[in-house]
Amino acid sequence: MIEFNDVCKSYRVTRRNSGFGNAVKSLFKREYDTIHAINHISFSIKEGEMVGYIGPNGAGKSSTIKILSGILTPDSGTCLVNGRVPWKDRKEYVRQIGVVFGQRSQLWWDIPVMDSFELLQAIYSIPVAKYRNKLDELTQLLHLEELLKTPTRQLSLGQRMRCEIAASLLHEPKVLFLDEPTIGLDAVSKLAVRGFIKRMNEEHKTTVILTTHDMQDMEAIASRIILIGKGQKLMDGTLEDLRLEAGTEEAGGGSLEMDIDHMIAGLYAKLNIM
Amino acid sequence: MKKYYCFFKLRFATGIQYRMASVTALTTQLIWGLMECLAYKAIAEASGNNLPMGYSSIVTYIWLKEALLVLFNTWAADNELFAMIANGDVSYELCRPVSIYSMWFSRITGARTAEAMMRCIPILLCAFLMPKPYRMSLPADGVSFFLFLLTLFLALGITVTFCMLVYMLCFFTISPQGWRMVLTGAVDFLSGNIIPLPFFPKKYLFLLELSPFAYMQNVPFRIYSGELAGGELYQCIVRQFFWMAALMLLGMLLWKRAEKRIVIQGG
Amino acid sequence: MKMRENIRLYVKYASACTQSVMQYKLSFLLMVTGRFIMTFGELIALKFLFSGFTQIKEYTYGDVLLCFSVIQMSFTFAELFGNGFKTFSSMVRRGEFDRMLLRPRSLILQVIGSRFEVGRTGPLLAAVITLVLGIRYSRITWNLMTVWTMAAMIIGGTLLFIGLFMLEASFCFFSVEDTSLINVLTYGAKAHGKYPIDVYGKGILRFCTYVIPYTLIQYYPLQFLLGKTRHWQLAFCPLGIIGFLLLCYFLWQFGVRHYKSCGS
Repeated sequence: MIEFNDVCKSYRVTRRNSGFGNAVKSLFKREYDTIHAINHISFSIKEGEMVGYIGPNGAGKSSTIKILSGILTPDSGTCLVNGRVPWKDRKEYVRQIGVVFGQRSQLWWDIPVMDSFELLQAIYSIPVAKYRNKLDELTQLLHLEELLKTPTRQLSLGQRMRCEIAASLLHEPKVLFLDEPTIGLDAVSKLAVRGFIKRMNEEHKTTVILTTHDMQDMEAIASRIILIGKGQKLMDGTLEDLRLEAGTEEAGGGSLEMDIDHMIAGLYAKLNIM
Repeated sequence: MKKYYCFFKLRFATGIQYRMASVTALTTQLIWGLMECLAYKAIAEASGNNLPMGYSSIVTYIWLKEALLVLFNTWAADNELFAMIANGDVSYELCRPVSIYSMWFSRITGARTAEAMMRCIPILLCAFLMPKPYRMSLPADGVSFFLFLLTLFLALGITVTFCMLVYMLCFFTISPQGWRMVLTGAVDFLSGNIIPLPFFPKKYLFLLELSPFAYMQNVPFRIYSGELAGGELYQCIVRQFFWMAALMLLGMLLWKRAEKRIVIQGG
Repeated sequence: MKMRENIRLYVKYASACTQSVMQYKLSFLLMVTGRFIMTFGELIALKFLFSGFTQIKEYTYGDVLLCFSVIQMSFTFAELFGNGFKTFSSMVRRGEFDRMLLRPRSLILQVIGSRFEVGRTGPLLAAVITLVLGIRYSRITWNLMTVWTMAAMIIGGTLLFIGLFMLEASFCFFSVEDTSLINVLTYGAKAHGKYPIDVYGKGILRFCTYVIPYTLIQYYPLQFLLGKTRHWQLAFCPLGIIGFLLLCYFLWQFGVRHYKSCGS
């Protein structure tokens, strides 16, 4: 379903030295730093898989999601999602994917959620009957009945996230990218979101890739975890594999019982990617 | 008094930092001023030089307007203050042992003076170097330059106290930006920012001179070029003092009421 | 078919925007009033100015009013339809543009659709008043040709300003924060375009022909409209704006490609 092959992406960032003299100098000649956000990363994901994509801040998670969703063109390497190259033929490609950015809303702030959905129906040209069915299904699973008539600005974060996820699934994408979907949510909302994503995956065989810092998300959803750091892929396996990798170095014995956050933090330290 | 001076100084310093690199803003204003000069040139020719102001006075008026734009611009408000009022952070300000009105007044005056000083120097420099008919002239004489500076500060005072009124009104309405737009749109026209007030017909001018708007930029700019002199001049200065005091009083009264509202509603 | 669907979507966007604005009715009314007052003030100023003389470089009060109203209308329509380009930098900053890249629709349609703003129509009323006054004061014989010229000036002007807004937006892709120079070209043209451009002299006239083609929608067709020339071809000058718009479009496309390879 997804082939990500030897992809590289680097950014040039202007170097800013402090001080007035340097500010004047930078007007004429800019110095650049090159940051390798993604450095020869490869992986492949089968249809219906649920993959967790983790790593510390600045590891290259967002860049990967952006490349996979076609927002960013990589410097080198190939990528195929459902047989298409993400950054080619944008309009055709994006019909097959859904993206949720946990920190950014795609709903209209001042109008009822329902109206935002209808706008999406027009944007994706979803046939009316199909749209009704999908909306009914999503409303039921995510308990949206009460929310649909409310303007987004009046929703709580958890309620809004449920609506965001629904908005990303209206056009029935084959692949769903979730960028930190549970950030800032309360316990109940987190459980609801996790439960729903699992169910979507089971019923529709939707392929899911999610990035998160919440390790319980990983435990609950992801059957496979890819760990990256400093732009490189460091591990690819199940949560158990990760646990073993982290545990082998741990002093004392009870590593299996180790808190998952501690385990990941230990792993980051061990791999020297912080 | 010292603490208000500190607020003034703080805003002054940040203002200067922000304005360091605004070469483009300078270009913008120069082009703007030049276009106006050119238009008035054609108008002066069309009227056979029979305008209510001499052409060189008009040119000087235009350059002063561009150079000191930030002093009298009612539109450019302190967005931080607006946000503070809108989201209720203003209640934190209440905890400080100073009068909010005086603090904001010094803050706005400081910010405006700093920005104006940064901007006016290059603009005035260019304006003095323009080719002849579009060149800004020197003040009529030493006395009028002194009176220009004096009335400039009074005019700034009136503008700021007026802006303070707008801020205070924000406590009583849910749509501060809207009110601001309406008021500033009107002040722009009435204070002589679109055309100098001498171009207004006599009967309207008479009415306008009963309002504070005629004592904003209109007074100092016309004193500078010697258009405004003699007894009329001193009358204007007296009225400037009057309006500044009146607007300030009104603002403080409004603030007292606003304060009560904040305390009752808890921000 | 595709065109129809795009128009349908644009209407949907426009109604969603309007609905959002109407959540704050008082604010909306005040904004419209405020903008109206600003433009109306300029109209009054023009009247005051013209009390001292009858003609400025052979243009009568009515002629100038017509010119003023054409520019005001063009600018207002451009702000109404092209507001998305005007506020584009905030769209990029807030990641809204990334979201647009994820949707199977034309980017331009999404950008302009999602920021349709009725609140910008304030000056329209003032512009219509000016137009009516202008038509009354100037002695134009109205026939098919002059009506076309007038309409072409307004539509051409709208497209010209939209093109300039688009240019401004394209700069955002190259992380140019300071757009005040473009503002001279847009707001400056709105403020100073109320007089026929030759009032400002030869140099400005040349600049407004060869650098930014304002004269195509103002000076040249105006000469024909006011009967100052026999060259009927001048009535078709506004068509030249299409070329300018294409140029802006290419720059925009180039910007989008740059953005996709560099990120924000």
